[in-house]
Amino acid sequence: MIRPALRLLAAVLLGFSLSAQAAQFTVSQLMAALANNKHGAASFTEKKFISILDQPVESSGELLFIAPARLEKRTLKPKAETLVLDGEVLSIERRRQKHVLQLKDYPEVAGMIESMRATLAGDRKALERIYHLALQGNRERWTLVLIPLDAKVGGVVARIRIEGTQDEVRTVEILQADGDRSLMNIQKIAAP
Amino acid sequence: MNRRGSIAIALWLAFLLACVWLVSRASFTADLSAFLPRSPTQEQQLLVDQIKSGVASRLILIGIEGSDPAARARASRDLAARLRSDPRFLHIANGETLGLARDRQVLLENRYLLSPAVNAERFTAAGLRAGVEDSIDLLATSAGLFSKALLPRDPTGEFMQLLDAMGNSQRPQMADGVWVSRDGQRALLLARTRADGADTDAQEAAVMALRAAFREIAGPGLPPTIHLALTGPGPFSVAARATIKGEVATLSGLGGLIIISILLLVYRSPTALLLGLLPVLSGALAGVVAVSLGFGVVHGATLGFGTALMGEAIDYSIYLLMQSERAKDGLGEPRGHWVSAWVASSWPTIRIGVLTSVFGFASLLFSGFPGLAQLGLYAIAGVASAALITRFVLPHLLPVDLRLRDVSALGRRLPVWVARAGRLRGLVLMLFVAACAVLVTKRDAMWNQELAALSPVPAADQALDLAMRADLGAPDVRYLVVVSAASQEAALAASEHAGALLQQLEAAGVIDGFESPAFYLPSQATQRQRLASLPPDAELRRRLKAALADLPLRPDRLEPFLADVAKARSQRPLTRSDLDGTSLAQGVDALLLPSTGRWTALLPLRAGSDHVLDAARVRAALAKTGLAGVYFVDIKGESDRLYQGYLREAILLSLGGLAAILGLLLATTRSLARVFRIVAPLVVAVAVVIASLVLLGQPLILLHLVGMLLVVAVGSNYALFFDRGIEAGGISPRTLASLLLATSTTVVGFGILAFSSVPVLNAIGATVGPGAILALLFSAILVRRT
Repeated sequence: MIRPALRLLAAVLLGFSLSAQAAQFTVSQLMAALANNKHGAASFTEKKFISILDQPVESSGELLFIAPARLEKRTLKPKAETLVLDGEVLSIERRRQKHVLQLKDYPEVAGMIESMRATLAGDRKALERIYHLALQGNRERWTLVLIPLDAKVGGVVARIRIEGTQDEVRTVEILQADGDRSLMNIQKIAAP
Repeated sequence: MNRRGSIAIALWLAFLLACVWLVSRASFTADLSAFLPRSPTQEQQLLVDQIKSGVASRLILIGIEGSDPAARARASRDLAARLRSDPRFLHIANGETLGLARDRQVLLENRYLLSPAVNAERFTAAGLRAGVEDSIDLLATSAGLFSKALLPRDPTGEFMQLLDAMGNSQRPQMADGVWVSRDGQRALLLARTRADGADTDAQEAAVMALRAAFREIAGPGLPPTIHLALTGPGPFSVAARATIKGEVATLSGLGGLIIISILLLVYRSPTALLLGLLPVLSGALAGVVAVSLGFGVVHGATLGFGTALMGEAIDYSIYLLMQSERAKDGLGEPRGHWVSAWVASSWPTIRIGVLTSVFGFASLLFSGFPGLAQLGLYAIAGVASAALITRFVLPHLLPVDLRLRDVSALGRRLPVWVARAGRLRGLVLMLFVAACAVLVTKRDAMWNQELAALSPVPAADQALDLAMRADLGAPDVRYLVVVSAASQEAALAASEHAGALLQQLEAAGVIDGFESPAFYLPSQATQRQRLASLPPDAELRRRLKAALADLPLRPDRLEPFLADVAKARSQRPLTRSDLDGTSLAQGVDALLLPSTGRWTALLPLRAGSDHVLDAARVRAALAKTGLAGVYFVDIKGESDRLYQGYLREAILLSLGGLAAILGLLLATTRSLARVFRIVAPLVVAVAVVIASLVLLGQPLILLHLVGMLLVVAVGSNYALFFDRGIEAGGISPRTLASLLLATSTTVVGFGILAFSSVPVLNAIGATVGPGAILALLFSAILVRRT
């Protein structure tokens, strides 16, 4: 008796969600899709447009994400730098020096770096703690815009714009409060 | 009482009064001074300075444990705030970035004076270009977020360079804004006291202030599980002093109580007991006075040794009270008669016994190790005065009708046992052979070669100290380059020269890094040189234009840089007072110290992860530079060498003492055979005791060696009586009974020290206690049968 009823209910719900997707791609759906990625390796190139420089500075390297909380950014050019965020601990290695920071002690940096990690992890809660979220486009081509809620983060970051397709992040553009801008292009590396 | 008696008693009383007066003025200590050399070499002096007042000696490592991380962080901040207003502390660090703004301002404004990268090369077109390129590259990294704001003022990146250099040392991990251990379970603070580490009173005040401050902040609002852990030279010497004080009081009291009980049990006469104790107490006073006069200060461990001496010095009055014929004859015997009989029959033997003890202890007087020399002097003064008072004062004080318990029943049984003991000779021989076998096979591994072996700090506390040091990245300051110079400027200049060499060693991987006061305050000469390398404005503009030709940075953006350089050119070199209130000043003050008209700069070296450096290579490299007044010190290596020197010296001195005792015995007995018979049981006793300790896994330290000498010096008294008894045709039962009593007091006096946790006392107790029993037993067993 109950079974057919459940099936019916499931069909209704599914049909509803399918029709909703067709109409609009929601933040929940995007997050669910992103959350499916448990592991990801990518190469990146980043351009920083800085007002005092006549040309952007370019850097490149590798990104590695391991769900739920580990993000590594290994910059290889022009200067080697390794940034590892694991849980609440951020370690930075540059010029033979290693700094280990607790993320919560540096809210501005935490805000910037959390935008990236939480997006990759599909962690809506973490994102909404810091940003107002706005999603445009569809599953094949979406744009997620993050506007800081927190004044401290807002003092550094004006807006973050993340573009992607399906469950892949393709570009991250950070507009800083002082008008400087960085644009990161991400190219997924096929799993070995 | 006859006239001679009155004079003797009057002299003795005067002596006692003088002693009491002097003891009341004596100063007592329990710090490390007993372990530091009396006449140090240059290297040892550097070591001693470091141990007494060096950077490391003033550090107190503070751990806050228990409860949760947030509560620990709050406690860390509150405690630091309280201590920062306490004048007893020069500096409190807990990871909070308090003076950061001022630090940054001073670094930024004086970057052309402070940055090691500033030289004439740096300000050529090529040098400027390289600097700007680096800075642009840095913009690409995560640091760019912060560095870009400074680019117009500091395109060559001197400020970032300085920040990097300052933060070069390993930083502790942070949580909730304060330092924590690597496992996050402990908040960490570092305090630097104003007082020298060797000033135990001041260190105690600092430790108490610290604990009081913690109690105050822990009282309101913090969970009761939260608690404090303190380590470092200061807290350790405070704890060690408390331990030594406590144990000396407890053990002396306990030992005294047992000895008094034994004597009372045997004498059955409180009068006899009191009289018997007089020479001992006088001797103990005399010992303290002698040490106080000879050394200026009496170490707590020396006092602890006094207990043991009580057991030894009481022997003489035991001999007097028990061996005199009076007891047998009952009442009515004129005192003069039995005293002279005792003097004739027993005193010569006792006198040789006293002399052997004095000879044995005298060898310690020559030790460069003040702890040993104090022991030696204390023992000589104590034993000699106790013996003299027993001989010349005590007989006049004895009441005519003094009655002791009749021990002749026991006395008569003893010779039977002694006769039977002869059957055990084979066993003793076997024991001796076995002991020698143990000593020969373990001869290399049985000595502990480290100075730490003498430390009264419990191993658990030492381990905690190591763990906190590692977490803090605090210099364990094992390796140091020490610069001694006539002026502050010369010390800084020499530090810079030494630093240039150390940088080469760092590049070659010999050392992991180093600190230098010149990082924080370069010498005036270097600062002037740096200023001189800044070109005049027009010239700088010309070079900058060339440098930026094909870089994405236009020269007109760098007006702030040009203004800063122009300003720097008119600057005076920095002096120490310009750095007031910054962490730079703390860096200078910790590493650059005035010392008796001269200046000492310290350059602590960092070793790799295994904490060990190729010391020979560093020393050779420094020697090659020919820099005067620059020394490399390996603190642990040097202190272990110091201790090994003590050990070697103690071995020589013990052998010397043994030779002196043998010579004395030979001179008095005029018979090699008799000397052999006296010494053989003692040698066997020493061998068996040491072999047992080795088998029990006890690493031997210097004081075990002293213990061995004491077994010979003390045990020879008993062996002498046996020897004399044989020569006289048999040992009297009375003498045997007195020997048994004398041995038991000695065993108690020394043996009680075996329960001490202070290694110095423990080692002597564990050696002499059992050694004295064995010396008596073996003497009885090995005595020549007629």
